[in-house]
Amino acid sequence: MEALLAILLIPLVGAAVLGLIGHQDRASEVNVAFSLATFIASAVLTIQIIADGPLLVLHEQFFVDSLNVFLVALTALVAFTTALFARPYMRIERDHGKMTPPRMRLFHSMYQLFSFTMLLALTTNNMGLLWVAMEAATLATVLLVAVYRTPASLEAAWKYFILCGVGIAQALFGTILLYLAAERVIGAEGRGLLWTYLDVAKGQLEPTVISLAFVFLLVGYGTKVGLAPLHNWLPDAHAEGPTPISAVLSGLLLNVALYAVLRCKVLTDGALGTRFAGDLMMGFGLLSVVLAAFFISRQRDIKRMFAYSSIEHMGLITFAFGMGGPIASFAGLLHMTVHSLVKSAIFFAVGHAAQKAGTQMMDQIRGLIRVNPTVGWGLMVGTLAILGMPPFGVFASEFLILTTAMREFPWTTPFLLLALGVAFAAVLSKVQPMVFGETTVRPLAHPPALVPVFVHLGLALLLGLYIPPYLEGWYQQAARLVAGG
Amino acid sequence: MPSLVTQFINLFAAVLLLLSFGLLAQRRVLSLIHLFTLQGLVLAASTTTMAYFTGQPHLYWSAAITLVLKVFLMPWLLHRMIERLNVRWDVETLINIPTTMLIGIVLVIFSFNLALPISGLSQSVARGTLGIALACVLLSFLMMITRTKAIPQVIGFLAMENALFFAATSATYGMPMVVELGIALDVLVALIILGVFMFQIREQFDSLDIRHLEKLKEE
Repeated sequence: MEALLAILLIPLVGAAVLGLIGHQDRASEVNVAFSLATFIASAVLTIQIIADGPLLVLHEQFFVDSLNVFLVALTALVAFTTALFARPYMRIERDHGKMTPPRMRLFHSMYQLFSFTMLLALTTNNMGLLWVAMEAATLATVLLVAVYRTPASLEAAWKYFILCGVGIAQALFGTILLYLAAERVIGAEGRGLLWTYLDVAKGQLEPTVISLAFVFLLVGYGTKVGLAPLHNWLPDAHAEGPTPISAVLSGLLLNVALYAVLRCKVLTDGALGTRFAGDLMMGFGLLSVVLAAFFISRQRDIKRMFAYSSIEHMGLITFAFGMGGPIASFAGLLHMTVHSLVKSAIFFAVGHAAQKAGTQMMDQIRGLIRVNPTVGWGLMVGTLAILGMPPFGVFASEFLILTTAMREFPWTTPFLLLALGVAFAAVLSKVQPMVFGETTVRPLAHPPALVPVFVHLGLALLLGLYIPPYLEGWYQQAARLVAGG
Repeated sequence: MPSLVTQFINLFAAVLLLLSFGLLAQRRVLSLIHLFTLQGLVLAASTTTMAYFTGQPHLYWSAAITLVLKVFLMPWLLHRMIERLNVRWDVETLINIPTTMLIGIVLVIFSFNLALPISGLSQSVARGTLGIALACVLLSFLMMITRTKAIPQVIGFLAMENALFFAATSATYGMPMVVELGIALDVLVALIILGVFMFQIREQFDSLDIRHLEKLKEE
């Protein structure tokens, strides 16, 4: 209970404090300190949940079980390492004249507010508050995407705002329909949106209403997950905002949105007893994987390319959860973890690489390894990891997803293999000359923060080689919750 | 013979739908804001009616919030915005109003069909209006697609939220209070951020035409 309150209050206080002092030189350290405190609180909460089981507190408005506690821990970890990375990165941006003191203040304050909204979305028991927190997460990041005030970044932010706003409005309609169905069973005392009540009563919810609600919820939250064909905002927002924001958008926000879809899927499965929700998710997922793979091969901007790679991986995860069953759900959760670790590590390396070269165009970044071997190797190893090379964790989860697909839905395998192959060839052929070859880049003014890159990649490697038994038990427990078994 | 309250709510719903069509066709920025204010007023009136006839005390609060936020605060912010951006008398050139209206009618029919099986299940006195609420959502959506200027797009966004609020009150007697407050806060913050944005866009492009914002295309 105390740990949960700390997780929510620390970033909220952080946002207020940094709103006052965020323009000062030491604000970056304060930002790191708040993120570290949140991370420690989340670790404590995780230990408590593992020891004592699910937690339901504060007038039943907050609920933590093994499914969301693992996302809380992951979110707090990546938010902390990203804050570490942002410290030198944003200083260099300031020295380049792209960030002014007021913009630094906006960045720091909104960064903490964004952490808060994501943690609120993850821990709330109220499907309505989940919606409010998701919308607030968009609002917190939208000004950050436009923080450089270039025409391209303004366009990206406007698109992000309008598309996600429209998308999330659909999710609100879905939530209203869900409440309409729940009211008949649970009663109108305001408990009809509490997930724990819905979960108990899901078998009695009216199927027609729930299936329509799920369509709206999937379209709404799916827009934020970046599922094709609703993904248009994602590459722009990732490419034009500051890199720490790209890292948390890709590594965290997409996960949280997918978490919302998962909660809705569990209810829909319970109410309908058919494969309706799973089939829809498989369809959207497969479309995203295939579409993103082909878009990857056409990109010239490095951050856009990895943004499309995020769409591909989120599609794959959605597909895995759509297939359902303990193994695919386990693989989906594992993939969520490793994707978020590896993709944020890549964005850290990409951020410094782009700063060195002074551009995000891939054909103008060459020979990173000569000037700064750690950035070069970070990018290369991260790329290999995200492409699913063994022994990284992405390989393990993709292998599980593919084998399940082969066994249960064989017709999807050619599409998946083709998409993964195309993405592999495209990304590797573009990253390889950037890392090796004659150099065009120059050294940086501040030493880059590469510890986060290697910490993330190390964790992803560890998850590929050996999942500790308690972690495995935890994943399986969460997978059972999702699979409804 | 439906009860008096149902007739009232149906009347309000019909006015809302009419206003949605009005927003879709209106070319003057100033008139758009007036229509939006009127929509907020109808919304507050219908929520008060619901509160009175059903005896749900929290609906009075919803109505009060709606009145303050959507009839006073937001229109005031919008008026200030157009004043400072100097676009008060702007007239947008919309070439295909008849086509847009026809698409709108199709959307209304579609929403009625979609809502038909659900309306029967709702216990609310105003269940018949769920279809109208959905139609208003889709009409605002259409408005956002067809407009090329920033302010009409924003008004479309706000009108969509109005329609969703109407859906919530008419189908379920309103969402739990904490959720409604959260939504109201989100929308208000959204409007303020959009306002900040418009100044940034104008500074950068010397106009509020969204067509300038179409450079980031897929290659």
